[in-house]
Amino acid sequence: MSAQKPFIDIRHAKKSFGTLEVLKDINLQVDRGQIVAIIGPSGSGKSTLLRAINDLDPLTGGEIWLEDKQINMDLPHRQYERHINEVRQEIGMVFQHFNLFPHLKVRENVTLAPKMLKGLSDAEANALAEEQLTKVGMIERIDYYPSQLSGGQKQRVAIARALAMKPKVMLFDEATSALDPELVEEVNLVMKQLAEEHMTMIIVTHEMGFAESVCDRVLFMDQGVVVEEGPPEVIFRNPKSERTQNFLRKHLAGQQA
Amino acid sequence: MDYALMQRVFPFFLEAAWITILLSVLTAILGLTCAMLGTAARLSRFRVLRFLGAAYVSVFRGTPALIQLFILYFGGPQIGIQLDAFEAGVIGLGINVGAYMTETMRGAIISVDKGQGEAARTLGMSKWQAMRNVILPQAMRLMIRPLGVNLNTLIKSTALVAAISVVELTYTAQRYIGSTYKPFEMFLIAGLLYMIIIYVVGLGVTWADRKARLN
Ligand SMILES: Nc1ncnc2c1ncn2[C@@H]1O[C@H](COP(=O)(O)OP(=O)(O)OP(=O)(O)O)[C@@H](O)[C@H]1O
Ligand SMILES: [Mg+2]
Repeated sequence: MSAQKPFIDIRHAKKSFGTLEVLKDINLQVDRGQIVAIIGPSGSGKSTLLRAINDLDPLTGGEIWLEDKQINMDLPHRQYERHINEVRQEIGMVFQHFNLFPHLKVRENVTLAPKMLKGLSDAEANALAEEQLTKVGMIERIDYYPSQLSGGQKQRVAIARALAMKPKVMLFDEATSALDPELVEEVNLVMKQLAEEHMTMIIVTHEMGFAESVCDRVLFMDQGVVVEEGPPEVIFRNPKSERTQNFLRKHLAGQQA
Repeated sequence: MDYALMQRVFPFFLEAAWITILLSVLTAILGLTCAMLGTAARLSRFRVLRFLGAAYVSVFRGTPALIQLFILYFGGPQIGIQLDAFEAGVIGLGINVGAYMTETMRGAIISVDKGQGEAARTLGMSKWQAMRNVILPQAMRLMIRPLGVNLNTLIKSTALVAAISVVELTYTAQRYIGSTYKPFEMFLIAGLLYMIIIYVVGLGVTWADRKARLN
């Protein structure tokens, strides 16, 4: 662990939905440029943790910091809204089901937020969209509607849309789980490219191979707690916890079946 | 059937049809306005407003429109509301149909996938920016058809204002029955004219719906 202050610092995060405790005292520190994978069985709280980072599911306890800013600050409603809208511009999020805006073309999906929130001119926003769409290999489809794209293409556009806000962090919630197997690779390639550019990323995934190849650290979560964390070669090859071992064994069996 | 009589009275029915159309247009405008306010209230983050919105909808959908009209027109003067029959008709029906349209609009907005608002918020948009740029454009498409159904109901319910003697189609039919004793013919003409109005409006709704879906 480095001595400097972590880039993302999650301290004693707790979350309940009613009486259901979904996150129980989670701690996670991520350094700038680090790539962390979160794995774990369904319902363990992975999405909830990710969504807490940009306050889609606000925590019921604990703190989340991005650099020197606390994300889940205690502020009066109006001030909090302004604060969180600013914070969210710095955190890109990619969803399992893409959530592209179906009434807008690919270009407008990418330019909408930068124009509205950063005051970019049409020309600037277009240049930005072209740059980001080139990066994810979707420039030829810039004038298509989302409904005219395959799942893999949609997800690449969704990544470009998030990148256009120049975020400091990217969060991926099972970005490839809704894709046909043959479309997974094109999205993984884009994520690998981001990794090479040292984007700070937190990736919730069920793809152990991918996690092992791009991530610096892996967290195994179960029932709202981090059971084990460490470098991928340790978590995947030599997990200490029995729960991790069981999960990985079941997961491998499931994949081969 | 007395065709000669029908021909003779037809121009007067046409005039009355214009009143029905005017009544429908004004009522629709008022109804849409009430519905926007009602929807904003129902989706507000303030509990009081949500409650008021819900109360508005359940009161006006839960009682007969005719009773609402009677309260406004006959009961109004007792509490200092003095309206002529046409005004009472527009206001009474407008507020009534607004309650139905509130449910239509709210339904369309909440049936836009939750992920849409989340994606917009994640990019940093405020609640209103997300609503205005992402959710409403999609909800608009979803609400055209059901609003068309509300409109259809509204046009037919303008017949109710005959009961407070607004000289529209239904009242005109009743009046000519009084002098001709030919209810079959008179109601037939009125019915036919309603049908034409509703048919044309229906075409308009279908056109708007198709256009919204195309782009
Ligand atoms: N909005 C909500 N209201 C109530 N319960 C919720 C809500 N969101 C999630 N939960 C519950 O919280 C628990 C954790 O859910 P979460 O989506 O974080 O799991 P996950 O690890 O992402 O699972 P998966 O691998 O299936 O995506 C589950 O039991 C879920 O039912
Ligand atoms: Mg999940």
